[in-house]
Amino acid sequence: MRRLITLLPVGVFLVLAGYLALALRPGHDPHELPSAMIDQEAPAFDLASLRVSGRLARDGLKGQPTVINFFASWCVPCRQEHPLLMRLANSGTVRLYGIAYKDKPEDSTRFLDQLGDPYRGIGVDRDGRTGLDFGVYGVPETYVLDAVGHIRKRFVGPLTAAAVDKELLPLLRQLGGS
Amino acid sequence: MGLPPMIVELGHFCLILALFVAIIQSTVPLLGARRGQVGWMAVGRSCAIAEFLLIALSMAALVHAYVTSDFSVINVVQNSHTDKPLLYKISGVWGNHEGSMLLWVFMLSLCAGAVAVFSDNLPPALRARVLAVQGMIGVGFLLFILFTSNPFLRAPIPPPNGRGLNPVLQDPGLAFHPPFLYLGYVGFSVAFAFAVAALIEGKVDAAWARWVRPWTLASWCALTIGIAMGSWWAYYTLGWGGWWFWDPVENASFMPWLAGTALIHSSIVVEKRDTLKTWTILLAIVTFSLSLVGTFLVRSGVLTSVHAFATDPARGTFILLLLLVAIGGSLVLYAVRAPKLQGGGLFAPVSREGALVLNNLLLSCGCATVFLGTLYPLFLDAMDGPKLSVGYPFFNRTFVPLMAPMIVAVGIGPLLAWKRGDLLGALQRLWVAYIVAALAALAIFYVTYGGPVLAVLGITIAVWLAVAVITEWAERVALFRVPLAASVRRAINLPRAAYGMSCAHFGLAVFVAGVSASAFSQEAIEVLRVGGTMRLAAYELQLQRMDRIAGPNYQADRATIRITSNGAEVALVYPERRFFPLQQQTTGETAIRTNFMADLYLALGEADATGNWTVRAYWKPLVPWIWIGAVIMAFGGLVSLSDRRWRIGAAARARRGAAPVPAAGE
Repeated sequence: MRRLITLLPVGVFLVLAGYLALALRPGHDPHELPSAMIDQEAPAFDLASLRVSGRLARDGLKGQPTVINFFASWCVPCRQEHPLLMRLANSGTVRLYGIAYKDKPEDSTRFLDQLGDPYRGIGVDRDGRTGLDFGVYGVPETYVLDAVGHIRKRFVGPLTAAAVDKELLPLLRQLGGS
Repeated sequence: MGLPPMIVELGHFCLILALFVAIIQSTVPLLGARRGQVGWMAVGRSCAIAEFLLIALSMAALVHAYVTSDFSVINVVQNSHTDKPLLYKISGVWGNHEGSMLLWVFMLSLCAGAVAVFSDNLPPALRARVLAVQGMIGVGFLLFILFTSNPFLRAPIPPPNGRGLNPVLQDPGLAFHPPFLYLGYVGFSVAFAFAVAALIEGKVDAAWARWVRPWTLASWCALTIGIAMGSWWAYYTLGWGGWWFWDPVENASFMPWLAGTALIHSSIVVEKRDTLKTWTILLAIVTFSLSLVGTFLVRSGVLTSVHAFATDPARGTFILLLLLVAIGGSLVLYAVRAPKLQGGGLFAPVSREGALVLNNLLLSCGCATVFLGTLYPLFLDAMDGPKLSVGYPFFNRTFVPLMAPMIVAVGIGPLLAWKRGDLLGALQRLWVAYIVAALAALAIFYVTYGGPVLAVLGITIAVWLAVAVITEWAERVALFRVPLAASVRRAINLPRAAYGMSCAHFGLAVFVAGVSASAFSQEAIEVLRVGGTMRLAAYELQLQRMDRIAGPNYQADRATIRITSNGAEVALVYPERRFFPLQQQTTGETAIRTNFMADLYLALGEADATGNWTVRAYWKPLVPWIWIGAVIMAFGGLVSLSDRRWRIGAAARARRGAAPVPAAGE
């Protein structure tokens, strides 16, 4: 009996070690913050365009993979991210659209006049409704949509050069967008 | 330049050399102890000291590389930057995976070195075995560093500048948090080594417990301070007033603390009453094992956590192997040898021993609860269940109810006699505590009428415990029963360990009061433009101005907020939002105004398009007591550690025989 009790700790530990080993199995990444929306259809939106007449709507973006960037003139990290977006735009291979989140149109316009406009089209999300539908929790946030309008990837916070080169561009290539 | 570029290689070589020294340390003394060869046994001591010196040199070399911003070293490139203030250049050494592992083995070698130096009164064979076990742990971790996490690797093409340290980590509180935490974690390796050595020898006695206890106590103090610092840092940095998040990494440090607390109590029973031996040995193994498992959880990235370091599956696999060898090996040894250990004195359920067993049961259950809560997502995930995280609600409903009876036991336990106690008598002697607690309860209930009732209960228990601790001390010095002069004489002659215990238990009461009172905190969130005001509790806050200021490696928006109470100015505070261009990251710098009875806590949020600033303000009564309580607990540990009983050998104690000095805890 006493023997069995003293064997108990090893037994418990071995079970635990088994679980730990399972957690380490290859191809398993617990850090992927699974956006509830991944691989689901992007929320519908239909927003007034900034600067030009017309509208920016989800259904109008279908057909090719698209990158949607939520930004605002009042957001400091957006300014830091901006050169990277310009680089993406200038490469000419990425369909980059912007959504001005909770921002006055004149402020967004001034922001883009100052820093350059990387977007093919910009929707004005004045009250943040679309952001809410997407589950944005702070600007900037960037979403990759595939040709049928499903969300394939979400980047929270400013994009970094590494994220663009290692994740965004390869994903777009895979989706056949370039 | 001639010599300086070599310093990094020198550090690297020292580390490799330390590995070989550790291999000798883990084998030769063990063989020597088996064969009874004094010379071989003595090798352990010199090896431990040599290992310490080598790793210290290695550590110094890495610090040098950081301080001089040597960007030919990959680790420095990834974690430092010339613009960083000196303090953070140094703390950057352990602000990353590789460097923190080096700090880990440095602490390990420090402990082994300390055992080697301060173990004159230890039987040579036991000393040799203890040092050998420590050597083995050293071998494991040195291999881990050299093969998977080498901080000394050179960059093929040195970049002009580094990538900087995560801004959230650039904080004085966090600069000193890891060293204390690691000293605590790793300090438990001494108790572990003693336990394994005792299992090899097949002998555990009171003397063994007396040797182990100071090491356990010292590590416990360091861990207490380390955890408290980390929690304090989270409180003032993360900007929403929480101080404990039940995050996996926090739990990883809390579990060894719970087990270690159980260990310092159960080893008292081994020392005084020569019983509970197999349990104490198991606890010593478990405590250090939990430190190792914690290291695994943090380093392997199997759990999602706000603290996660850069992770790498190869490292996880290596640490898992290390766990298998260290924990699995020691537990197998335990299974084989523990049944042969002789049990000692018997005791009634109601007795000092009984109270300590209850303490151990509750702490172990608490520890198991935290363990399950922490690893549950991992268990589910391993079976491809849903991804989830276990948070506050689970721990509040399971852990807190377990700790409530524990606090009651802390008050009563010390009043019970060894072997057979008188529970009714002990309860009666606490009459002052009931009265004071009841009065406190009424007063608090009156003041906070309509507020959370459980918090009132928590504070009441805390008050009761504080008075119970004082009562117990008063009983010892026979206050009011003998003339005052006699009481003073008794108080002076009381062993330090007794004061240490009272102090630590009193700290617990302070801590519990702080935790309970946090339920009464008030908060206000408002969008203010410059000149705007808001109200919080009895205070009025005015956003007087906003400034754009430049720090050494960041730009900040700094608010000047004037706090007034009934028109009288209380303070001007300056919460900030700092933007670090290098990492493109914004951090909040909260402003906390404390008078030790309550904190006024202000955090600056984002500005909106029209230049309005979000200001979050909290009024948190008694919250500083959480950390004050933790510091008092750790101080109690140190007081106990200064007891002369630890410094004199077992032989000296035996010679003293029936000396009239009362032993601690009696």
